Amino acid sequence: MQNRIDNKFLALKKINGKALVAFVTSGDPNQKISKKILNVLRNQKIDLIEIGFPFSDPMADGPTIQKSSQRAIKAGANIDSTFELVKNFRKNEEDIPIVLMGYFNPIFQYGLKDFFLKCSKVGIDGLIIVDLPPEEDHYINNYTKKYNVHNIRLLTPTTHKERLNKILQQTSGFLYYVSVMGITGTKKPSIIEVKKSVNKIRKISKLPICVGFGIKNKNQIQSLNKFSDGCVVGSAIVSFIEDYDKGKYSENQMLKNISDFLANLKK
Amino acid sequence: MKKKDKINYYKFPDKHGRFGKFGGRFVAETLMPLLLDVEKKYKEVKKSKEFKSELNYYFENYIGRPSPLYHAKRISKEIGDVKVYFKRDELNHTGAHKINNCVGQILLAKKMGKKRIVAETGAGQHGLATATVCALFNLKCVVYMGALDIERQAPNVFKMKLLGAEIIPVKSGTSTLKDAMNEALRDWVSNVKDTFYVIGTVAGPHPYPMMVRDFQSIIGIEAKKQILKIEKKLPDLLLACIGGGSNALGLFYPFLNNKNVEIIGIEAGGKGINSNMHAASLSRGKPGFLHGNYTYLLQNEEGQINDAHSISAGLDYPGIGPEHSWLKETGRVNYFSATDKEALNAFKICSKLEGIIPALEPSHALAYLLKNAQKFKKNQIIIMNMCGRGDKDIFSISDSLGVKI
Repeated sequence: MQNRIDNKFLALKKINGKALVAFVTSGDPNQKISKKILNVLRNQKIDLIEIGFPFSDPMADGPTIQKSSQRAIKAGANIDSTFELVKNFRKNEEDIPIVLMGYFNPIFQYGLKDFFLKCSKVGIDGLIIVDLPPEEDHYINNYTKKYNVHNIRLLTPTTHKERLNKILQQTSGFLYYVSVMGITGTKKPSIIEVKKSVNKIRKISKLPICVGFGIKNKNQIQSLNKFSDGCVVGSAIVSFIEDYDKGKYSENQMLKNISDFLANLKK
Repeated sequence: MKKKDKINYYKFPDKHGRFGKFGGRFVAETLMPLLLDVEKKYKEVKKSKEFKSELNYYFENYIGRPSPLYHAKRISKEIGDVKVYFKRDELNHTGAHKINNCVGQILLAKKMGKKRIVAETGAGQHGLATATVCALFNLKCVVYMGALDIERQAPNVFKMKLLGAEIIPVKSGTSTLKDAMNEALRDWVSNVKDTFYVIGTVAGPHPYPMMVRDFQSIIGIEAKKQILKIEKKLPDLLLACIGGGSNALGLFYPFLNNKNVEIIGIEAGGKGINSNMHAASLSRGKPGFLHGNYTYLLQNEEGQINDAHSISAGLDYPGIGPEHSWLKETGRVNYFSATDKEALNAFKICSKLEGIIPALEPSHALAYLLKNAQKFKKNQIIIMNMCGRGDKDIFSISDSLGVKI
């Protein structure tokens, strides 16, 4: 099983490059602007795009992404609109891998078979379901294989060695190391601690490892990229949308701010 | 024999934390190792005689157990020729059944070496009970409470602060119980090392639904002994109100295998279950995933969780414990609902006829009895869980009755 995600990491490996993964919520602040934001990510040559589909009760997310989900729901975002967003994006972009991230209930209510079928149709390469630990992933294992969608798992500072093996069994694509004990966009990761954990995981798994949660600036990324395969930036991007929503600046200014922010991270 | 009569209800949850297809463990990875640890420690202490005797000590001397089983004669007469018994958990220390579970879980937390307790609360009864037991055992206590509920339940907020708890107003989402639970979970994820999350109802990820049920089942264990002593036989009917469902399961559980005992749970019908303003997850919801388990939920077609509504803040929750979902599907328990109005009426009747001011929560169960008086057979023995007293509700009730106090 191989898709855009594997190709991307292979390509990066060849040039000794690191992945910059950008997270945005689908349909935040609305579908039209959401499409434009994805284009900004594409123009900035983001290596992998993670799209959150909103849930009313995002248990693992901090205030920034909670508000983002609420804005999106209010603007009518759902799984179908997320598929539409990706489909639209794929019209001009074949290579950038797309990972959907969210909670299990909206997927389950959509219908698992339909969900995975459409994922493969519109060009979604991976899935992170925050509240579906390996103990419960029997719901989706057949589908991820059949439809060639990677089941990407979160590893955390609390994941001990025996558990790591269990998690790795059904994981593919890449590993997402959660750098802090906590929720998205709040605490700052300790680089030394993350390094220790990432090195431990390396001994057991050959999968690429990206680090996320609490990553907001270039310094952090440079330090983390010394031992990881890439970094995920989420709340820092989403907070530009929040500021726009509060009326701090215009739509164009918001798009420019996101663009500049990412350009600086990529430098 | 019907299928529901063949089930041994004491074999559940299974090793995956499932009651039939309900329950399970749907949480972020950060919490998984901790949940597995809680389960392991709980299984150990459950077998330990020392833990049992410690628990019993606090049940007797701190909570004031056993709570009486009281024949409510005037209410019985109001209904007809039936015998209604109140299981008087409203007489417990802190005024409700919630403290049974708090003592149990906090003793477990102490055994696990945890120094900090977090809890969610709606009406404030669970928060109050948690704050109380934390004061007793000198543990730091943080209570998450919806900003709306803080306004509705000022007396409990004041009490919790007196007891030394920190109250954190929750303004995310809809600012009610479900959001308080989200915030408590987020706190727990962020502080897993020193913190224990005391969930107040039979919901949440495994092992919580089982653990809370076990600690609350003291209610049913006592009731069974008491009724056998008084009536020399088992009751015909058990009745309790349901939000998350902990008081109900506490009463029901020890009777589940006594197949001749009929069991009924009453959900909060709010402004009517055909309106959009109720908390009847079993009657009007469908199964889904929230707060770590698979259970009936109030949700829209896209799987977004809907707001619940009830005059009683303690029932104002869009989900329900997974074991109730299963008991509904097996048919062992029947679930109905009572509206805000009916509960208020029952509240008034009970106060006047029995000299017991009930909480709004059990007023829902009582409302069902009053409403269905004609259905009951002569001399039928009914046990209703009087799971809380009404002191906390007098402000919101006087408000809705248009009385200033």
